[in-house]
Amino acid sequence: MAKAELMNYEQALEKFEVVIGLEVHVELNTKTKMFCGCRNDFGDEPNTNVCPVCLGLPGALPVVNKRAVESAIKIGLAIGCDIAPNGRFARKNYFYPDLAKNFQTSQFDEPIAFEGGVEVEVPSGQVYKIDIERAHMEEDAGKLTHVGGNTGRIQGAEFSLVDYNRAGVPLIEIVTKPVYGAGAEAPELAAAYVRYIREVVKALDVSEARMERGNVRCDANVSLRLHGAEKLGTRTETKNVNSLRSIERAVRYEIQRQAHILANGGTIIQETRHWHEDKGTTSAGRPKSDADDYRYFPEPDLVPVAPSKELIEELRASLPEDPATRRKRLQEAWGFSDLEFRDVVNAGLMDPIEETVAAGASPQAARKWWSGEIARQANADGKDVSELNVTAAQVAELAALVEAGKINDRIGREVLAAVMNGEGNPGEIVSAKGLEVVSDDGALMAAIDEALAKQPDVLEKIREGKVQAAGAVIGAVMQAMKGQADAGRVRELIIERAAQ
Amino acid sequence: MNLVKLTAVEQLEGLRSGAFTSVELTQAHLDRIASVDGVVHAFLHVNASGALATAAEVDRKRAAGETLPALAGLPIAVKDNLTTIDEPTTAGSKILEGWVPPYDSTVVSKLRAEMMPILGKTNLDEFAMGSTTQFSAYGPTSNPWSLDRIPGGSGGGSAAAVGAYMAPLAIGSDTGGSIRYPAAMTGTVGTKPTYGAVSRYGLIALGSSLDQIGPVARNVQDAALLHDVIAGHDERDSTSLPEDLGSMVAAASNGSLAGVKVGVIKELSGSGFQAGISARFQESLELLKAAGAEIVEVSCPSFQYAIAAYYLILPAEASSNLAKFDSVRFGMRVTPEGNPTIERVMAATREAGFGPEVKRRIILGTYALSSGYYDDYYGSAQKVRTLIQRDFDAAFAKADVLVSPTAPTTAFKLGEKIEDPLAMYLNDIATIPANLAGIPGLSLPNGLADEDGLPSSIQLLAPARADQRLYSVGAVLEKAHENVWGKRMIDFAPEVKAGA
Repeated sequence: MAKAELMNYEQALEKFEVVIGLEVHVELNTKTKMFCGCRNDFGDEPNTNVCPVCLGLPGALPVVNKRAVESAIKIGLAIGCDIAPNGRFARKNYFYPDLAKNFQTSQFDEPIAFEGGVEVEVPSGQVYKIDIERAHMEEDAGKLTHVGGNTGRIQGAEFSLVDYNRAGVPLIEIVTKPVYGAGAEAPELAAAYVRYIREVVKALDVSEARMERGNVRCDANVSLRLHGAEKLGTRTETKNVNSLRSIERAVRYEIQRQAHILANGGTIIQETRHWHEDKGTTSAGRPKSDADDYRYFPEPDLVPVAPSKELIEELRASLPEDPATRRKRLQEAWGFSDLEFRDVVNAGLMDPIEETVAAGASPQAARKWWSGEIARQANADGKDVSELNVTAAQVAELAALVEAGKINDRIGREVLAAVMNGEGNPGEIVSAKGLEVVSDDGALMAAIDEALAKQPDVLEKIREGKVQAAGAVIGAVMQAMKGQADAGRVRELIIERAAQ
Repeated sequence: MNLVKLTAVEQLEGLRSGAFTSVELTQAHLDRIASVDGVVHAFLHVNASGALATAAEVDRKRAAGETLPALAGLPIAVKDNLTTIDEPTTAGSKILEGWVPPYDSTVVSKLRAEMMPILGKTNLDEFAMGSTTQFSAYGPTSNPWSLDRIPGGSGGGSAAAVGAYMAPLAIGSDTGGSIRYPAAMTGTVGTKPTYGAVSRYGLIALGSSLDQIGPVARNVQDAALLHDVIAGHDERDSTSLPEDLGSMVAAASNGSLAGVKVGVIKELSGSGFQAGISARFQESLELLKAAGAEIVEVSCPSFQYAIAAYYLILPAEASSNLAKFDSVRFGMRVTPEGNPTIERVMAATREAGFGPEVKRRIILGTYALSSGYYDDYYGSAQKVRTLIQRDFDAAFAKADVLVSPTAPTTAFKLGEKIEDPLAMYLNDIATIPANLAGIPGLSLPNGLADEDGLPSSIQLLAPARADQRLYSVGAVLEKAHENVWGKRMIDFAPEVKAGA
């Protein structure tokens, strides 16, 4: 595949206005699937959570999962949408082997939620209003695994395996209206918006909301037009971008790619594009035109979803605080400065820090570990922190060990590395490796005396008031103790010795 | 005593009194099938051992004095578009040849719970698309009255099985007349209940918004018995009615016409109907009047669009319903020469597996749903549907039940009209409006036409949920016919000549 030529980002923005549109699919965490009683757990042995309904066997009929409808209404309300008094399902007809019935039961012109809006803050502190067009219910397709061939795609594969455990898993698709005016911040805004939706569905407890597991998936539409132009440019739709970082990168890439083509007199092809995480590029998928014909028609096997006013109000009353209020509350509770807090939000660390604090750590300790070592590791691996092998409980345990003086910060970093390496919980690692600091004053004193013997003038200097002279001895003692000592305590003991 | 010639009511009395056992009764029907079905071809699959096992179980329980369901031990035949666990279900199509469903349709579950021996599965036009049973991929069924004539369709198998005494009762399905039209052709009784009165779960869908399962019998009281067994809410069918529509047996037993207003549909009488049929129809109006009914004329002007609307809505829904027959999960698979991509395998399978009428309707329906044509075709057809419902509403404001001949002609010869789909579609001119409106209808034998001595028939229609009216009026009219003709209509049928 020839690598596309890109225009310099600043140049691209000088020349073009960026318009984005985002489609986010949220997988609900209902116990059962959208239209049948099968377990909603597609990590199980392939094709075990299946029945005549989700396998699309002749004669089977769907029944709407009431809990999924409630989740959809909650999401709709949380993003400021109106709820349809009579939402209808529709069939979206197309042939694909992962689609058991060869139509997807979805919603078309009568979605359950419509006309909403949210306010999203980007790293610069700028807040953008994003208009929501609709949120609708639909079912997921099965999962295809293409075997043979080089690309992992259906083209060139020797055969393909289908796992229908995922077929019929409830999805909510949230579609924005075109977003204008973000300019250079469009990529950040795309990522911040998806993070916002993640926070919403997590707070509502309607989804596991883990992007790396595909619980939240984003399709990013990008188009460019000359500044001042009225007509929207041709858009591309980059599919299934599965991390916040990738969303930002993919949007940025598309801006630069399209700018280069347009500036050189080319035209953008309306198509879906695949995001390649490793190369940081997108490649052409299938052409997508407005003439794509899914032959939508109202699903005759289902009656309209008609939530009562009472139910809607009951659900509205049950909504948790919105993300902006939550941020304000947490910042106050944690006592973080504006700058500290913005960094935490932008690094996507609010949830892990909240969980770590809940597990007993102090807010500052939690922040220190997550935005320090862990964020550093995530960055180095090109992953989200949620994808690393470390939990809030483990971080809290680590912080407690440091707090209690059992280990020091340096050892703490070593323990954390071992945790992320899958070696166990912090406490286990400390005992297994014998990393606990020497808190036996006798042992420390022996090491101090040994060091003092080599630097006999130190005690005299301390007595003269040059306390900083202790530093050289502390260093020697720490070295002798292989770092497993509390430097502060060593210092105290040296000063005590000088006083004797 | 020839057990098979008894009515279902009489057979049940015989079982209860101990005059004969269920095994004897079931065997008598199996013997009858063995003797005449070689020429009638009503059955696609006979399950002698399964039927006899159920019968033996009933006999054992009865001997032990255990309580039994009302219809226990009474044999029955089932149209082959209802799924039966561990027994082939083909829907009359090659594409399902050899498919054994892993689940029972709700109606079949009810028959099993009632302990009715299931004799086998009956022939139908492929996927119930047709009005003569000639479009079965497994060969046509003959009319027991005259073997070279059509038995009607799509449920010609069920009607012929009952008409030729191979089963006392049978299950049919009616999308545009597939129960009532074969009843008319074979001098039997068939009911299409109110849409939603009987669960469609496990019925291989043709037109989901039109399909309804119903009873096939030789008299009104027998049909009522079966109707009561199969009706009722089913949580697996979202379109099934939550309410109980009352006992049809009670309605048939307490039939009365005193003060009942019977509406004659102007648009479904006179021209276009065979003279002998019209003559018998007029005589029946006199019989109704004599029994105390008031005859009024009603007009349903939108009926002129019924067939056109039906042949857009039905193919549209069918084209989507039949998309699942793609060779991936069940049924026939044809692997073409050369590179067998999934698209080519699906196309080759559907090419080989579907018959001409099925293909015709898939193409029609796909076209009608296409973007750009949807409003003109599917959209307009839905509007006609509303107009027809309004016509019925207006008519039922004037009359308690409506009547018309069930079919424009008596049974024609096999092979006639087969090259002329439009002429064929006119067979259902009187039955289709009920499906479009979701109201119940019952076809009753109405004497013999003078021209050919073949059964003529009358259709009774009632408002949605007023299925009981069909049975109370039907039972009275049936009795009046018996008084006029000296015996039951079915008794005029010539003996089927085995091996003819």
